[in-house]
Amino acid sequence: MKVSSSVLASCCLLIQVFGAMLFIRGFFPLPVRSQSRKSTSAETPPEPATAGLLSNWTKLPSPLFKKVVVLLIDALRQDFVYGPKGKKHMPYLTQLVEKGTTHSFIAKAAAPTVTMPRIKALMTGSIPGFIDVVMNLNSHELLDDNVIWQGKQAGKRIVFYGDDTWIKLFPKHFAEYDGTTSFFVSDYTEVDNNVTRHLDDILKRNDWDMLILHYLGLDHIGHLTGPHSHLVGPKLLEMDTVLKKISVALMSQEEDISVPSLIVLCGDHGMSETGSHGGSSEEEVQTPLVLISSAFEEKGGISKLPEIIQQTDIAPTLAISLGLPIPQNSLGILVPQTVEHKSMREQLRFLHLNGHQLCMLLRQNLEAYEKDAGVEQFKKAEKSHGNWIKLYLEGNASETLTNLGKKVLKQYLEALKNLSSSLGKQIAEYDIYSMSIGAVISLEILFLLLLSIPNALSSRAEFDIPLSSPLFSLLFYMMCLVLSAIHVIVCTSSEKVCFFCSISWVLALGIMMFISALSCIVLSTLSKMLAKSQYPNKKQDSIFSGWSELDLLLLIGTLGHVISMGASSFIEEEHQTWYFLTNTLCLALAQEMCRKYFLVKKSNFLDSAEGEDSKNESLYMDKIYDTHKKELKEQTLPLLSQFAKQHEKWIALSSPWAILIICRLLRTLNQTGIQWIHRPDFGHWLTSSEHKPELSFLVAVCLVMIFILIQGRCSFVSKVALAFGLLGIYCYRAAIGHVLYPWQNNSNGLSKGITEARFVYIFVLGILFTGTKDLLKSQVIYTDPQTKSLGLWEVYSGFILLAALLYRPHNLVVLVFCLLMQTTLSMFIWNLLKHDAAQITIMHYWFGQAFFFFQGNSNTISTVDISAGFVGMENYVELPAIFLTMFITYSGPLLWAIHLLWYLSSETHRVSTTVAHGCYCYAAIRSIPVTVYILVVTAFRYHLFIWSVFSPKLLYEAIHLLISAGVCVMFTAVDKNQISKSEN
Amino acid sequence: MDETELRKMSTGHIFGAFAVVLSVCVPVLSVDGFSFLGTHLSWLCICSLCVILVNILLLLLLKPNASSKKTSLSNKLSKLTKSCIYFVISCFLFHGIIVLYGAPLVESVAETFLFAVLLSSFTTSRCLCLLGPNFSAWVRVFSKDGALSVWDHSLQITTVCSVVGAWLGAFPIPLDWDRPWQVWPISCSLGATLGYVAGLLIAPLWIYCNRKRLTYKSR
Ligand SMILES: [Zn+2]
Ligand SMILES: [Zn+2]
Repeated sequence: MKVSSSVLASCCLLIQVFGAMLFIRGFFPLPVRSQSRKSTSAETPPEPATAGLLSNWTKLPSPLFKKVVVLLIDALRQDFVYGPKGKKHMPYLTQLVEKGTTHSFIAKAAAPTVTMPRIKALMTGSIPGFIDVVMNLNSHELLDDNVIWQGKQAGKRIVFYGDDTWIKLFPKHFAEYDGTTSFFVSDYTEVDNNVTRHLDDILKRNDWDMLILHYLGLDHIGHLTGPHSHLVGPKLLEMDTVLKKISVALMSQEEDISVPSLIVLCGDHGMSETGSHGGSSEEEVQTPLVLISSAFEEKGGISKLPEIIQQTDIAPTLAISLGLPIPQNSLGILVPQTVEHKSMREQLRFLHLNGHQLCMLLRQNLEAYEKDAGVEQFKKAEKSHGNWIKLYLEGNASETLTNLGKKVLKQYLEALKNLSSSLGKQIAEYDIYSMSIGAVISLEILFLLLLSIPNALSSRAEFDIPLSSPLFSLLFYMMCLVLSAIHVIVCTSSEKVCFFCSISWVLALGIMMFISALSCIVLSTLSKMLAKSQYPNKKQDSIFSGWSELDLLLLIGTLGHVISMGASSFIEEEHQTWYFLTNTLCLALAQEMCRKYFLVKKSNFLDSAEGEDSKNESLYMDKIYDTHKKELKEQTLPLLSQFAKQHEKWIALSSPWAILIICRLLRTLNQTGIQWIHRPDFGHWLTSSEHKPELSFLVAVCLVMIFILIQGRCSFVSKVALAFGLLGIYCYRAAIGHVLYPWQNNSNGLSKGITEARFVYIFVLGILFTGTKDLLKSQVIYTDPQTKSLGLWEVYSGFILLAALLYRPHNLVVLVFCLLMQTTLSMFIWNLLKHDAAQITIMHYWFGQAFFFFQGNSNTISTVDISAGFVGMENYVELPAIFLTMFITYSGPLLWAIHLLWYLSSETHRVSTTVAHGCYCYAAIRSIPVTVYILVVTAFRYHLFIWSVFSPKLLYEAIHLLISAGVCVMFTAVDKNQISKSEN
Repeated sequence: MDETELRKMSTGHIFGAFAVVLSVCVPVLSVDGFSFLGTHLSWLCICSLCVILVNILLLLLLKPNASSKKTSLSNKLSKLTKSCIYFVISCFLFHGIIVLYGAPLVESVAETFLFAVLLSSFTTSRCLCLLGPNFSAWVRVFSKDGALSVWDHSLQITTVCSVVGAWLGAFPIPLDWDRPWQVWPISCSLGATLGYVAGLLIAPLWIYCNRKRLTYKSR
């Protein structure tokens, strides 16, 4: 079956998208959670009892503590409390820990060690999966069952002071609150004073049940100067005084109330040696947890090492302390020391509640729930608990009762541990089977794409898929059989959740057959190639001699980038790789340009040895000149092109340098990555409020420039639409207060700019519509390259207009420079240097990647500009928001790809297979990094940075692949016509 | 002719490589407080000076571009000044390119500039010594199949090697290892130096291996 290369390419990419999706589905298991959203106290299980004797205790136990104060110190590392630093700078706490009424632990936080997921873990007791972080990018409110919500339901008054992340997570949950923003990292005194100033007042009062204080100063100090800074000591001392103040105040109140109060001192995450956090190193993960209450027994002077528990254990402990139901999705185990001072019956009751909750959660997430060791243990413990209760109710108060109680307690604790760990396993385990199926599919696609390069890039641009022979071969049936057998064996033997096993067996069989067919095709193509390559052995050594330096650079660059994805720092700093490669590319272009012009000129003076060569070359040059001149004549020339024609040589020589300078300027606009993101950049300077006039001027200039650069190739109607659209963008910016009108001095009366934005959307849609109409006209009614080129350009300008609307205001510069570079490259470089479609495609791809980072993107989720999803919307609407955010994030690569399509299909002197070649190259160059990355991630799935560095990048790659598949389909649609034309 | 030229060139190259090695060793042994990582600025100065001196010395001793016609003193002088100007221009050009590659514009100007000087002493100074201040000859040598003699080939190889070395030297910079040699521009200048030395050693070997093909071409 003969297939055009563009069709092959888009099919391959679509299949690869499927493979990547399957891989991702296996890689990011869905988080453990229960179906019903929130639990209520009505569902509280009664005390277990044996037959005939019903316990009278069916309600929730009453609160253990009257008041609970959570003192959360951001980035409090374990050794800031238990280490020498803590001993020196936190004297009150040290004294308490050593011989006071406290229990101290090391609570281990899960990655990513960032504040928001950690707050969620503290309050819900669940570990938010990576997918959660992505899914909840837009909705800030915490919808899961959590302690705060439970508290509010139970009518507790909760007071909060500190980081305003809490207020976003729990809107309307607090009786009283005051949020401090962590936006200004350089401020580490004001943020904390804003919290402390409420203390005196609130501690005097008695009308609250829970007080949460979140201090940010320490975290800011860490980010500024690291954990060994001289600022840490005084900050710890300050925290120590705060603790002392709270503790003393509570203690003085306790004298007249019988129920004691509890202080929980904890950190949300630690701090690495460089002062940052987010990863999963020991320093970042280990946080101290100190429980202080007069109810606890006073210790003697013995200080043993604090026990290690999980951060998720805090949620059930808090819930029990306040007499609330344990949050449904909590994986935590009640810290048994908290209830030690209570009677045995109460202790058992608490543990039973905790175990029941864990069992319910496990039942909803594990099919073979009955067989789980933890569940069995729990059932056993429940039974003996019932027996104990029976004895207890019968009034038996002997020593056997106490001993039996202790035994039950131990059983419960063991069961809880097992339950929690098997729940944790549900989260941590990868679904290797789905992952490998996905990886195999994309690997096969990559092989197919690589093996068909010689055919697909030939002048026919066709690839002969050897369908019939492999499909009916023995190998195919064998592979089908083997794979199905594997499928059955894997699915019946594994106990874990497996996505691929859960889909219907018809689909699974289809996929298996598809995989074996693909591998047969790959194998037969390979054997064909090997058979062919045996004849012309002479050609072997001339493979590389036909390559120019540029080809070599493109190959090395692509390979180098692929190899660099094996190192986490290179992923974090991927922008550096692309900037470096595009710079080198520009230098190579400059060198090529130099050689072309100077060698031709000097041909007369060179000796005869080179005469022939250069004569050929000058002939060739003349030809190019001619075609180019003809082209220039064909167009009705504006003034600019006239000038360009006259000084072509010098413009051409200087254009690579101009592009280099543009790249350098763009680099300073948005700092990105991890290591150097804190450096001051031009973008921040522009967006700060005191530089509004400058920004306004810049935005105006940029919009005018965009108009000038695009309008030349548009039809009159779209020209007008474009002008109105750009005007509308300025109005929109002014309405939301990013820029000022010249006659306006200060921005007041801000709105959301919805009318203005919708005004622009109308023009965007209008331009896109005219473009598509022209395209369709050229495709269906008559084959006219002129109309097609016009249509493509209009689609392109529609996207530019949309990008201009959605970009952050200072990023309009990026858009303008992008257009400038594309104009320069297409006018002076590619035509003059006669690059072929493959080279141009790879160059486009490189520049597209560089622009992805020029926009300020990076490989972490945090740089995604979500605000783009709200432009022109009253409130959050899911589908358009996702589309707009995706578009704006990938606008760099997308705009370059569309430009590539326009350029390749509008070059009239090029052969008709150009678009097919471009499409094929585009697919191949996307497929290589994706496949390699999938393999890298599989290999590194237990890497320290898998969640913080590798996973976000995987998502980025997958979405980029999806977009590229769309682009490839577009290529194919445009290309189809050309083939039919060539046939005519 | 080829054989003697090759021999001349090999000795020259070995001298050049030796000079680079000496420029590292001698200051470390004789001057205290000198270390490769701590005082890299002075090392950059010393190394580039050494390389330039050796290149000039080789020019005087070996006379690689044996032009038959005699040149007058004034002609020589103008050539010399032209060479100096070219060298300075190349330093600034390299500086510009390095800045375009992302080196800070304002901070650590001295480092960047000295690195540019080092690079130009590895590349431009050799070009000046072997080809003279003749731009078209340079373009010829550095285009594909443009080399006409052993010297041209060696020039190609050493220049490409040192530039590629510097290029590769930039790779470790983004890694988060926090090593002292990752500081700008140490890894790059280290890469350039290693590339240069490697180029000096490779060039004679490569020419010797490909001598049949090369003589055919230059005829
Ligand atoms: Zn934090
Ligand atoms: Zn932080």
